[in-house]
Amino acid sequence: MAEDDGVPPEVAELIGVPQYAQTADFAVERSYTYNTCAATQNGNPIFWDDSVAETVTNGPIAPPTTLSLWMRPHFWQPGAAGEQVALKVHFDLKAAFDLPEAVMTDNTITFHEPVRPGDRISNQQVLKSISGPKTTKLGTGRFWVIDVEYHNQRDELVGVESYTGFGYRRDTEGARP
Amino acid sequence: MTAALILSQVAVGDTLPTLAVDVTPTTVVLGALASRDWRPMHHDYKFATERNGVADIFLNTPNQAAWFERYVTDWTGPKGRLGRMTFRMKTSVFPGDRMVFSAVVTAVETDDVGCGWVSLDVSLTVGERVATTCAVRVAVPVGENDNPWRRRGDDWKV
Repeated sequence: MAEDDGVPPEVAELIGVPQYAQTADFAVERSYTYNTCAATQNGNPIFWDDSVAETVTNGPIAPPTTLSLWMRPHFWQPGAAGEQVALKVHFDLKAAFDLPEAVMTDNTITFHEPVRPGDRISNQQVLKSISGPKTTKLGTGRFWVIDVEYHNQRDELVGVESYTGFGYRRDTEGARP
Repeated sequence: MTAALILSQVAVGDTLPTLAVDVTPTTVVLGALASRDWRPMHHDYKFATERNGVADIFLNTPNQAAWFERYVTDWTGPKGRLGRMTFRMKTSVFPGDRMVFSAVVTAVETDDVGCGWVSLDVSLTVGERVATTCAVRVAVPVGENDNPWRRRGDDWKV
């Protein structure tokens, strides 16, 4: 729950409420498996060798830690206004508290059904908590926790991410938490 | 990569082989784009230094997760199946850093549906600085014919 220290009621009432239910713009594809494995020099044969994937994972899967990428919007697409962002609740909170900067400090991911090429992933975001004003070496702002639940097109749970974000204003800019 | 780690081969206090990676701007940008993270602090030096006030562009969160996955499954082999990861970023990882992954086994158990689990405390350090810590719960086979990837529904208790 939000601590009793300046959280506007219209923000506090969003705690625990699913928001921004959405389905991915595109189906899970193997190119991102290869890109992810290349970026991390990951030679796990379940991602590179179809015969191993067939034996071990009953066919190709995406690396589990790619969970969030399937819901990340294109940087631009026709008809979209402005920069497209994932984790909209995070950006809503930055705006609500007028905190221009933010970082993610903690992230817990639980992995359930494997994500497979061709899957169409959906998710929803739930604001879990907001801290009171805090000052760190980055600046002054607030911490918040956001859970994101991911399902596939069969409504099977494929994973849950829990993010702790810190929205802040650099102290040289003058703190206005 | 380990051929296939078996639960009985693991004990609390075991340490994993370290992995050292020299981070370049390409490492950061490749990881950000692979994870579809278009935010400028992961590819735009001026934005990172002048807006965010950090030393350089830096590794993004999903890409760090992917590095932890690679490190852990290098050790378990392909039958290792991640159940849970909790990571805390203490400081950023920048181009020019040499990141070193290390880990210690903190728990070994079999759950009530027979799945073998190993808990690990993984650290990503840069020099003397701990950049990120990651608590990992990974399923490994309890025998040569076991395969955690076959588990579904109530047989998969993360």
